[in-house]
Amino acid sequence: MKFIASILLTALLSFVICLYMDWWTIAIVAFAVAILIHQRPLPSFLTGFIALFLLWGGLSWWIDMKNEHVLSHKLASLLPFGGSVFLMILVTAITGALVAGFAALAGSYAREGK
Amino acid sequence: MKIIPFSIATFITIALIVLLGTKLFIPAPLAVLLSPQHGVWQNAEPAGINYSTELSFPQLSGKTEVYFDERLVPHVFADNDRDAFFIQGYLHAKFRLWQMEFQTHAAAGRLSEIMGDKIGTLDVLNKVDRYFRRLGMGYAAENSLVLMEADSATKMMCDAYTAGVNACITSLSSSQLPLEYKLLGYKPEAWTNLKTALFIKYMAYDLAGGESDFEFTAAKNALSKIDFETIVPIRQDSLDPIIPSGTLFDKPAVTAKAPASADSLYFNYSKDTAALPVLPQKPDKDNGSNNWAVNGKKTRSGYPILCNDPHLGLNLPSLWYEMQIHTPHYNAYGATFPSAPGVIIGFNDSCAFGVTNAGRDVRDYYTIQFKDASRRSYLFNGEWKQTELRTERIKIKDKPDFIDTVAYTVFGPVIFDASYANRNNDGKNYAVRWKAHDASNEMKMFYQLDRAKNYNEYLEAIKNLHTPGQNCAFAAKNGDIAMWCQGEFPAKWRRQGDFVMPGTDSSYMWQGMIPQSENPHVLNPERGFVSSANQLPADTTYPYYIGPGFPNYRGWTINKRLNKMADITPQDMMDLQTDNYNVFAEMARPVLLQHMNEAALDADGKKYWNIFKEWNLRSDTGETGPVVFAVLWENLEKEVWADDIARIKTTLVPYQSSLLEGILRDSAFKFVDNINTQQKETLSDDVLAAFKKAVPVIKKAETDDRGSWAKFKDTHISHLTKLPALSRLHLPIGGGTHIINAAKADHGPSWRMIVSLTPETQAYGVYPGGQNGNPGSVYYDNFIDTWANGKYYTLWMMKKEEMADERVKFKMSFTK
Repeated sequence: MKFIASILLTALLSFVICLYMDWWTIAIVAFAVAILIHQRPLPSFLTGFIALFLLWGGLSWWIDMKNEHVLSHKLASLLPFGGSVFLMILVTAITGALVAGFAALAGSYAREGK
Repeated sequence: MKIIPFSIATFITIALIVLLGTKLFIPAPLAVLLSPQHGVWQNAEPAGINYSTELSFPQLSGKTEVYFDERLVPHVFADNDRDAFFIQGYLHAKFRLWQMEFQTHAAAGRLSEIMGDKIGTLDVLNKVDRYFRRLGMGYAAENSLVLMEADSATKMMCDAYTAGVNACITSLSSSQLPLEYKLLGYKPEAWTNLKTALFIKYMAYDLAGGESDFEFTAAKNALSKIDFETIVPIRQDSLDPIIPSGTLFDKPAVTAKAPASADSLYFNYSKDTAALPVLPQKPDKDNGSNNWAVNGKKTRSGYPILCNDPHLGLNLPSLWYEMQIHTPHYNAYGATFPSAPGVIIGFNDSCAFGVTNAGRDVRDYYTIQFKDASRRSYLFNGEWKQTELRTERIKIKDKPDFIDTVAYTVFGPVIFDASYANRNNDGKNYAVRWKAHDASNEMKMFYQLDRAKNYNEYLEAIKNLHTPGQNCAFAAKNGDIAMWCQGEFPAKWRRQGDFVMPGTDSSYMWQGMIPQSENPHVLNPERGFVSSANQLPADTTYPYYIGPGFPNYRGWTINKRLNKMADITPQDMMDLQTDNYNVFAEMARPVLLQHMNEAALDADGKKYWNIFKEWNLRSDTGETGPVVFAVLWENLEKEVWADDIARIKTTLVPYQSSLLEGILRDSAFKFVDNINTQQKETLSDDVLAAFKKAVPVIKKAETDDRGSWAKFKDTHISHLTKLPALSRLHLPIGGGTHIINAAKADHGPSWRMIVSLTPETQAYGVYPGGQNGNPGSVYYDNFIDTWANGKYYTLWMMKKEEMADERVKFKMSFTK
């Protein structure tokens, strides 16, 4: 339950804060949620990772679908994705996921007893 | 707290943020670009986007409604002129901001600032930025800005436009920035009236900077007079000038006389072999255009039709942005320049107007003798005269600034000297006298043209056009048609400025300007049409020296066609504007056929020669004939010229007409002989040798599936950064050089327009691009296929009461 709630909260707060702040504030959100809703390190990491994987992957997938792939087709060959839109969305998702995952991990350790 | 694992996890998090968010370790800040709420995904506009919105800006004084049709063309209905210019600036910025800033940065010599000092092998700092600054682009723009702001109408126009652009810029959050800012990693700066002036000077560079003075000087130095005159003639045999031959011209008000020393100091043919500078950038030699207007006697409707297609570099986002502007004072529709207010080529409720490039040589060079290395004074009329030193600070991305100092003389800036030698290691200094340096207010022309009601108002408007000179076609609903070869041009003695001139005294300076009223022009000519296609404006009876290098074939074929046409409909004009008939090949083929020894050809050679013989002379997409002809001609030029021009210490490319007319006049054309061989080559030898070299090239093209004309020519529309992913490549379009449909590889008809001046205007147009400069928009390149197919859109001069029309897709409302 904690696990699911953390994921949803991390994703939601990340979305909201990124309406106003730079992209890397997702790390602060993931860190804060991990402190607020304490979990063991591994579940914490997965919380941050999955939350941002879903948020960034989902958002980029949604944007791309609405855009009818007009831009992604161009950018997937311009940026180092070998022309693969799927890879571009995957890398988007993993980029956010890694940062949030490690931030949540740090948050978990911050609350862990000695 | 578990300090060690906490520290490690924190460190990894920060490291990832730095690694993914900067360019320290990877070539692009991936996370910045990929963050769906900040980066490039934000530029992926929903295909079904709704642009309708209500906006308010304190700078506005009334209400403005902007109706966008299904092609995203805005129809602006403003309460007053000032608001209309504000809205135009806002819309240009909303849809084309990056391009506007990029173009004007280029003009100002500021590309290093955003692109770095090198792009691939291109030395941006030295070959672009320093060149444009030393050419005096900034100086020229500043001079013109003074006039633009001294005139109350153009000041209002530019101030409102600038305010509109800036209103859009300040409303953009960083996630809403155009894609290119994100990819290149910088942010837009405020727009200024100077930037509009810079843009106009960029057009002057593109259209009034096509001289070949250094090349001609090198050629003169190496060749005899007669040879030079053959290679660079001032008039072609197959010329049909813009102003019909036989038109009478007034006695000239200005008579330019060559200085007494010219024979020894200037016309010193074949005396010198020193290297000369090479301009690092040159405008495309085919920057040109077609325009024509036919009167009511030649049309089915009984009303005039005006047509125009400016041939320019084809890029994405397009140079043009289509719009309608309606205020209580005027109602204009047409192609606008993102960067400048007003409609540039278009029509209003009374008349239509279009331009082609005049192509006159208004840029000359003078050798300067500095007193010493400080460049603070130079010899002029027997005295040491002070220069003005202008400091140019060039910012470079990720590097310290570069400071360039340019000396200004009575002629203009010293473009080449020891600090910017550019191949001329002879220690000479060259100042450039360029008409674009002189203050002029071209914005006033568009201000007046957009609201012109008749011929006289058109004439008043175009008097403001000084540089770049244009052939301005006009047609009105009252039946008038006219053409003015307009601009402010120096009155020159024969060959003045075709070569570098001595600058130690005033004797070689321009002696005066041709009075505007003496520019070649024609109103309602007997033949029922006016036309221009960059050919020589007038025949030799025109009392001023015009210069060499005017393309003659498009004009020749257009006039021939228009002469024969009657009962003309807009559809006929579309067919003519997109016509792929190759008149150059028509003239060249007989002499080539006559001088080919077919017996000497192998099986491949015979096959291609037969294709050439049977070719219908149309450069249509699927034809192989034009491929054979193009490769053959290119090789024939090498066979004929290479040995002769090897003596010239520069890259002079003789005009195609010089070779064709040379061999048409006399098959024993002197240059067909290779001066490096014992025997005397004939034209037949050259044609055979050229064709034998052409055959493997044609065969290779065929094997690579590039054997048909469109594939061989390979027209493409590149993004301004040349990034292929943002470009449209391999377009199926015919035409090419010397053809009415002048679509070359990356250059050609940038806006095709046909306006039938019936009581209810009927107009058609298309440009190879789209209204939205965002590569992530479905409106980015949606006109390109229509353009390539030679099709047109109906241009809708919307009336306010048509606001409920189904063509209206979105509505933007602007209030105070």
